[in-house]
Amino acid sequence: METIKLTIDNKEVDVPRGTTIYKAAKELGIDIPTLCYMDLHDLNIENKPGGCRICVVEVEGRRNLAPTCSTKCESGMVVKTHSTRVLNARRTVMEFILSDHPKDCLVCSKSGNCELQTMAHRLGIREIPGAEFAETSKYRKDTSPSIIRDLDKCIMCRRCETMCNDVQTVGALSAVNRGFMATVAPAFEQNLEHSTCTYCGQCVAVCPTGALTEVNHVPQVLRALVDPTKTVVVQTAPAVRAALGEEFGMAPGTLVTGKMTAALRALGFDYVFDTDFAADLTIMEEGTELLDRLSRHLKGDTTARIPILTSCCPGWVNFFEHYFPDLKDVPSTAKSPQQMFGAIAKSYFAEKIGINRKDMVVVSIMPCLAKKYECQRDEFSVDGNPDVDFSISTRELATFIKQANIDIKTLQDEEFDTPLGESTGASVIFGNTGGVIEAACRTAYELYTGKKLERIEFTELRGMEGVRSATIDFNGLPVNIGIAHGLGNARKLLDDVRSGKSVYHAIEVMACPGGCIGGGGQPLHHGNSEVIKARAAALYTEDRKKPLRKSHENPFIVKLYDEFLGKAGSEKAHHLLHTHYFDKKKKIIIKH
Amino acid sequence: MSKYSMHLLVCGGTSCHASESDAIVCNLRDELEARGLVDSVQVIVTGCFGFCEKGPIVKVLPDNTFYVQVKPEDAQTIVEEHVIKGRKITRLLYQDPVTKEPFADSKNMGFFKKQLRIVLRNCGFINPENIDEYIAREGYQALGKVLSEMSPEEVIKVVKDSGQKGRGGGGFPTGLKWELARKSVSDEKYVVCNADEGDPGAFMDRSVLEGDPHSVLEAMAICGYSIGASNGLIYIRAEYPLAIERLKIAIKQAREYGLLGNDILGTGFNFDITLRYGAGAFVCGEETALIHSMEGLRGEPTVKPPFPAESGYRGKPTNVNNVETFAAIPVIILKGSKWFSSIGTEKAKGTKVFALAGKINNVGLIEVPMGTTLREVIFEIGGGIRNGKKFKGVQTGGPSGGCLTEKHLDTPIDFDNLIAAGSMMGSGAMIVLDQDDCMVSMAKYFLDFTVEESCGKCAPCRIGNKRLHELLGQICDGKGTLSDLDRLRNMSLVIKDTSLCGLGQTSPNPVLSMLDNFWDEYVAHVTDKKCPAGQCRSLMEYIVNAENCVGCTACARVCPVNAISGERKEVHLIDSSICIKCGACMEKCKFDAIFIS
Amino acid sequence: MSSIKIELRKDDVDFIKGVCASFNNDPQELINVLHSCQEHFGYLPAEIQEVVSEGLNMPVAKIYGVVTFYSFFTMTPKGKNPISICLGTACYVRGAEKVLDEFKKELGIEVGQSTNDNKFSLSSLRCVGACGLAPVVLVGDKTYGRVAPDDVKNILKEYE
Repeated sequence: METIKLTIDNKEVDVPRGTTIYKAAKELGIDIPTLCYMDLHDLNIENKPGGCRICVVEVEGRRNLAPTCSTKCESGMVVKTHSTRVLNARRTVMEFILSDHPKDCLVCSKSGNCELQTMAHRLGIREIPGAEFAETSKYRKDTSPSIIRDLDKCIMCRRCETMCNDVQTVGALSAVNRGFMATVAPAFEQNLEHSTCTYCGQCVAVCPTGALTEVNHVPQVLRALVDPTKTVVVQTAPAVRAALGEEFGMAPGTLVTGKMTAALRALGFDYVFDTDFAADLTIMEEGTELLDRLSRHLKGDTTARIPILTSCCPGWVNFFEHYFPDLKDVPSTAKSPQQMFGAIAKSYFAEKIGINRKDMVVVSIMPCLAKKYECQRDEFSVDGNPDVDFSISTRELATFIKQANIDIKTLQDEEFDTPLGESTGASVIFGNTGGVIEAACRTAYELYTGKKLERIEFTELRGMEGVRSATIDFNGLPVNIGIAHGLGNARKLLDDVRSGKSVYHAIEVMACPGGCIGGGGQPLHHGNSEVIKARAAALYTEDRKKPLRKSHENPFIVKLYDEFLGKAGSEKAHHLLHTHYFDKKKKIIIKH
Repeated sequence: MSKYSMHLLVCGGTSCHASESDAIVCNLRDELEARGLVDSVQVIVTGCFGFCEKGPIVKVLPDNTFYVQVKPEDAQTIVEEHVIKGRKITRLLYQDPVTKEPFADSKNMGFFKKQLRIVLRNCGFINPENIDEYIAREGYQALGKVLSEMSPEEVIKVVKDSGQKGRGGGGFPTGLKWELARKSVSDEKYVVCNADEGDPGAFMDRSVLEGDPHSVLEAMAICGYSIGASNGLIYIRAEYPLAIERLKIAIKQAREYGLLGNDILGTGFNFDITLRYGAGAFVCGEETALIHSMEGLRGEPTVKPPFPAESGYRGKPTNVNNVETFAAIPVIILKGSKWFSSIGTEKAKGTKVFALAGKINNVGLIEVPMGTTLREVIFEIGGGIRNGKKFKGVQTGGPSGGCLTEKHLDTPIDFDNLIAAGSMMGSGAMIVLDQDDCMVSMAKYFLDFTVEESCGKCAPCRIGNKRLHELLGQICDGKGTLSDLDRLRNMSLVIKDTSLCGLGQTSPNPVLSMLDNFWDEYVAHVTDKKCPAGQCRSLMEYIVNAENCVGCTACARVCPVNAISGERKEVHLIDSSICIKCGACMEKCKFDAIFIS
Repeated sequence: MSSIKIELRKDDVDFIKGVCASFNNDPQELINVLHSCQEHFGYLPAEIQEVVSEGLNMPVAKIYGVVTFYSFFTMTPKGKNPISICLGTACYVRGAEKVLDEFKKELGIEVGQSTNDNKFSLSSLRCVGACGLAPVVLVGDKTYGRVAPDDVKNILKEYE
């Protein structure tokens, strides 16, 4: 590749043509500050509107300062990143941004984790000149079931808009208004709840400030814990254990399964269970449905819809309800693991310990914000009592642990409680893109062929490519698998299904880039895609450490069917573990 | 035009149109009809003559009589006296503002004497709704020449050699721009005419489109041939209904004549033009913002490079020029690059159209060779300052430019000289200010515009300009300090240095140039708390002139805040600490006893 | 469930869909579509934007983003006699602001508002290009030139 030579801060560097000044400086160990810029290159996501103007530098011969995030290197360029002119400009621009930002950092939920705050500190800003006269842009606050929008804190980095439109193709958010009042909002600045928002939470995951945050359910959980009449059961999703440690200063990819279990017990939960158990259960139901549809399809039954789509991800479910309601009979009817867990906990387990479901509170710890909305859906409750009462994110759990004075690093590892805490390696990898379908294949292969699966790891299903495909040999039957993570990628596969061009028998979709490990409720990656890759690797490690790695081998799952459900896909299983979908497309009503 | 012995040209530009010029046309036609003169005298509705100050205008050819401020009821007199009896109507003639002498022949008017009309060559001469009149004045000959005799490279060479620079504000060499677009390899390319004239006080482009739309269409086709494009788009403000209407007519006629569409003039060259409408966003004058707007998006600019010549409309190579730039092209092709480059100065070739407005006698549209001085423009063509007041400054380049003063009057106008003087050419608005204009308020006015028009994408423009505006407001209110003036300058320099597009990169220019050129006036506001021009309300002080005051108590009774005290038949006193400067007392006083300090 | 019901008359929906179709349902033609709709309806309320969203198959948030970007588009209906005061530089230096203040005083409304009887609405605009007539006021399609604050009452009287 053609390289060019340039000088940055008196140091020479050779870079391939097309490299930005920002990246060239990185090569030299020069870390130019950025604010709006975000590059998740492993996931093919880049946001560089060139809007914040914090990353500007002086380029010899150029009239004005150049934004390094979006200016490409040219041969012979001479760049100064910290001249007086640059430092003064950067400081003044930062003062502008801060002058239009609320000063309530002490009580902001992003405090300590805010990129704007960090930048103000890094640039050594100690006062904001003229702030006492400065008008600030003010907007209405909006709380939805999952996400809080406080646009007074928006700095127009446009990351959320990029995620919502370019990556997720949801189109719930857009830049609105002009000039000083410009911000990012849903149509008509209405509540998120009335938009096409899927609550995937990717906007929250990338927001540098406190403009987009999750709804905090910790107080409700605390209230349940101190209520002596309630039995409080907690379940933790697979992706949480691979990321929670980051909130306590541990390296990304540190597994904290045992410490997390100990912390939850210390918080006072009566039973510490694992969503992984429900993930194994999901494989039983979804796998059975897959095999049923597939064999009917192979026999020429045209009523059997192929491909089957996974339905674990609530953001994804919201997405097809909004955009593909005509295909709502294509996804599996199996509930998500969170909801399967709630349904079993409040029936089978409540019965087992002899309490009324109304006296049981089920809390889920999720890497996800859409889960908050999912557990509030009407169809997931019995006589007004929800199967899952509260869903809190990985970040909220971390705050909760800190509030309870628990030093997680010093805790001894503990085990989950039985029976709903037992799981296999197959369920652990649910947190990664490709993980659900790999787990399904491990089980479906053995159920379909009746043979033992020799090669447990389907590495061909792994990776970070947005859309992936592989053909798995089911003992002579080629099964075509499609995988998409990120809703924009899912849309591509769905368009093919709609037009009849899809070649797949089964498709796995996860709404968030990277899967649940990159969920909207996870510790903030601050634009570093290495973090997401490290979490994925951690889950594969956990899988390998498990003695059992196929869902149907989970002894407690076997027992659950024996004692309670009958067999996979039974009527009782259908009643408790399956659901149906709704058409949420906006309707235009004709007035007569 | 031969069958007629006389032509009555009636200006149909927006200003004159708004003053019922269409009724003048109707009445003239009725009068001629009634006298059976329709076969020998023709009434033509033309584009803008440029002399908007004295509109509506009726010009009589062949004797060049120039009637100003004509009313519909004057039609009868014009036909009876001038057309039939050959007597000029003195009361309708333009009078010299100083000598009061009427001008019988418009050629002798100061307003026209110094002008050289290349871009405006047809404005005020032809009916813009009739392609034949354009063709009769060498219209579409340049296109014919290009298509039949010249290669695209030759066309580009002529444009390059002519030295023409973009007239939209940026001043980028036109020929070079075309060459870059020609060199971009693509299956599809676009020619875009930027007619989104949003500069307040500028109406050059509109006058050209209203008065001579075919010149732009012809130039776009020539450009299309040169760069290898077959699609042209005109991005025009929706606020210009008359220009849109005339463009639509012109495009239709050009298609009917085979001058647009497929196989133009039988040469196999295809080129057609469609209209795109702006919707009220000044920033869309910036070419990347304009392109996004044409694509149905918010008109936000993007970082350049990539330039439109590489990736523009629909991601294809796109050449964007403004109306004035295009309008000169056919003449350059016909008369040659040498002729064009002989006009103007060494560095700036050709002519420039200016919209002259503000406190000047002759508001209007003018075209002068580059290198003409501001003095010539303001005092000779513009007829000097209204109401005998004193010249204070001239804002060139609109809200992106700067304010020049007395000391710059003899500077020859060109791109570099204006920048060196702290302003810029911009699109060509020239607003003349007099002694009553406060330079802090003026800067605040321009910032008010910028704040409203900022797209909001980049922080310095979105927030910085707001802060500049706020600080200028503080100074107008007498709450500013000397150190605020330093802050004003620092903020201005940083906004210029860091903004994403031309809007923010130039928006502090009025502030900086006014700080430079009117420093004392700024200091007076912050240290003496006085507004020398007497415009800043908070800094005014209402004072009773003891000599004139008779103690009638009228002022004290009308004062809404009881700031005036004094016994009957004694001199009154205004307490300025209570006074809210509403001016009610001054209005009420019958003895001229209250004045503003 | 969060579905919004939008009520419009059938011929209105047909009109909007027809406009979209006349521009090949191409999202890049959004601004042209909005111009046509505003010309027909006088303004662009949420309901219309929702139908355009369906017609052009693009997110309504994007449409709202465009509508709120351009000052020509409005989501509130204008008064029967929309009054626009030019605040272009030429008009400004010739006293347009005082004329605007007089209109505000006489009508008791601010820029962007309509009178209670919806007879008048007030807006400002930047340069209509009739600088020779500065200050310029537009009432509907009619242009008033060289307007002084004292003329305001008489102008309004014409529309009583």
